[in-house]
Amino acid sequence: ERRYRSASGAPIALRRRQHSASCRELAVRCPRLQLRSLSAATSAAWLAAYGLFVLSENSMVLSAAIFIMLIGLIIYLHFVKIDQESLLIIGSLGIQMTSSYASGKESTTFIEMNQVKDVVINEAIHMQKVIYYLCILLQDPGDPQGVSEVVPLFQSSKPRLDCLIEVYKSCQEILEQRKTAPQSS
Amino acid sequence: MVLKVFFPSCCSSAESGILIGRWISEQNSAVILAVVHFPFIPVQVKHYLSEVQRVTKVSVSVLGSWSHSKQQKEGSLSEFLEDLGTIFSREPWIQISKEGDSKFWSCSTLQKHSKNPKEEEVILVYYDQRKVMLSHLHPPLDTATSTDHKAEDASKLSAIFDTVAKSKILFMTDRYDDGPIKLTHWQSDGVEASIIVELMKQASVPVCMLLTFLLSLISGVCRSRVLKFWPLSFLWSKLSTCEQLGHRLQHLQVISSNKKAQNQTQLMRKANIFVSLLIDVALGMLLMSWLYRKNRIGHLADTLIPVADHVAEELQDLLQWLMGAPAGLKMNRALDQVLGRFFLYHIHLWISYIHLMSPFIEMILWYVGLSACLGLTVALCILSDIIALLTFHIYCFYVYGARLYCLKIYGLSSLWRLFRGKKWNVLRQRVDSCSYDLDQLFIGTLLFTILLFLLPTTALYYLVFTLLRLLVVIVQGLIHLLVDLIDSLPLYSIILRLCRSYRLAAGVKFRVLEQQDGKPLRLLMQVSHL
Repeated sequence: ERRYRSASGAPIALRRRQHSASCRELAVRCPRLQLRSLSAATSAAWLAAYGLFVLSENSMVLSAAIFIMLIGLIIYLHFVKIDQESLLIIGSLGIQMTSSYASGKESTTFIEMNQVKDVVINEAIHMQKVIYYLCILLQDPGDPQGVSEVVPLFQSSKPRLDCLIEVYKSCQEILEQRKTAPQSS
Repeated sequence: MVLKVFFPSCCSSAESGILIGRWISEQNSAVILAVVHFPFIPVQVKHYLSEVQRVTKVSVSVLGSWSHSKQQKEGSLSEFLEDLGTIFSREPWIQISKEGDSKFWSCSTLQKHSKNPKEEEVILVYYDQRKVMLSHLHPPLDTATSTDHKAEDASKLSAIFDTVAKSKILFMTDRYDDGPIKLTHWQSDGVEASIIVELMKQASVPVCMLLTFLLSLISGVCRSRVLKFWPLSFLWSKLSTCEQLGHRLQHLQVISSNKKAQNQTQLMRKANIFVSLLIDVALGMLLMSWLYRKNRIGHLADTLIPVADHVAEELQDLLQWLMGAPAGLKMNRALDQVLGRFFLYHIHLWISYIHLMSPFIEMILWYVGLSACLGLTVALCILSDIIALLTFHIYCFYVYGARLYCLKIYGLSSLWRLFRGKKWNVLRQRVDSCSYDLDQLFIGTLLFTILLFLLPTTALYYLVFTLLRLLVVIVQGLIHLLVDLIDSLPLYSIILRLCRSYRLAAGVKFRVLEQQDGKPLRLLMQVSHL
């Protein structure tokens, strides 16, 4: 496992595993939810609720604030906060992308190998920065030279170029096998 | 190239035997469908497989051997299994062997006529046969393209799903059947069937025929000339109940048609309509049972007349307010009185009409309430129609106010053009200049002034009645929204997603299982739902 930095400066970690000659798994672990930021947000919300309670003399405000905080935290952990993003490449089967959320939920997408044209590093303008991102180019079924869709990878961890180059090299090693394979059989 | 073997997880604990399935040469993959156990006669196996191939149009053949050795003495078995390769003449011959309860199996291939005898990598993919068979990720059955196109266009995994789904007949024999061949597959412990499903399948054909006959009768009656005369057809088009009944009739026709659904979307559509109808009728019956208990219809009829009276009184108060100085605005006295008295008289007429109908209200409501058994949507449409009928006077006021306002605005715009010396050219659809005579100008200016100063009064009446009509339209609109929701909510799909999510498959997921060096890569293929 090696440590890198994301585009916004947060520390991330990349783990590479080789399951077999044509199967590799690359997992990027995003920074965890900090206790500091969580307690800061909670205390700010509760102070505001207490201020409202003092102004309005209605104790429902406090219970509503607690309820909203709990629901908000659950929604955040289940739908927003991504813990780990991993890429599983099985040469001759396809590429699978998994995002696991902080609550344990996993969302998976699988793209078959005959739809994958290539894996490249692209540049993009994101807010006020120009960042690099890794993406999969999908083949256009009608046009052999055309690209029908661009699927970006590692969207919430946003690794920097050094991490992306490692991932790119691993992917290309597997993708090259499929170019050489049809000639041998 | 890498060899991919798709192995059903139910056969992991099967006894030794030979593997049958389909070999897809373009993808260098073998889909194993079942294991045939010893003892067997090769001729009978070949005969059985050719029968299956003829029925399912899937090229099922013997692919290799499977040896599950509980003890460690299998020296002679391996030669026996290689000899089987020559009997069945399959190229390449796949040999999978499992020792005891070990998770890591060894898989090798025998190539007699290979050009390059190097070791190729093997990937072993486990799949759940039942889920793969029932999920519809394979392409539709009625594509009329040639088989070459099919092999290229169909993505690799859909070919696997297609193979398993089409080989349904292979899974119909279980271990309690006395045939020459003993198979192991996902149903070999006993074919699953449900008595209710079978009975429904048998009963559905005569029921469908009966339903089609009844529906043709009803639609014949509806289309007869008697019901198409002008006042009646206008009435039918205005009542939303008739529209909803026609809609449901169409749904029933879709369900009771004799043709089977061609593809997945049509099947889901039919199932959704059927479940929606059932739920609708059930809710309608519930409503009816609630309504007819404790004389609620009588209470409803008793409160209806006072409510109508109350609405009329409120309207009268509103008109008195408008006839005075509403919101501090100064109205033109004469026009105000005329309009106010006209509308008041209208309300008086309406109230007398309602009072005339009051003895019959309860009976009408009782019989109309019976139609709730056709469904909750019909009951809601009837409610919306009743609201429309009860607030008919508001609709009339809106029409009068709107017409008056419209006339006034047209008059004003035309006289304004005259004031400026222009005219609307109907032929050229544009404004042209025109020279008027003196008396024309005089009368025109006079009329323009009159209309302009009467504008606030008419505008206020128009505004008030438009707002009232808007209120009624919003209430009716909400009811219709609810009706549309019940009509079009795909309840069957929602229930399927919650209970049997693999039938609404949207893709596959692979999970890497424990590996060991020297053994093939093990993956688990799962069907991922929407």
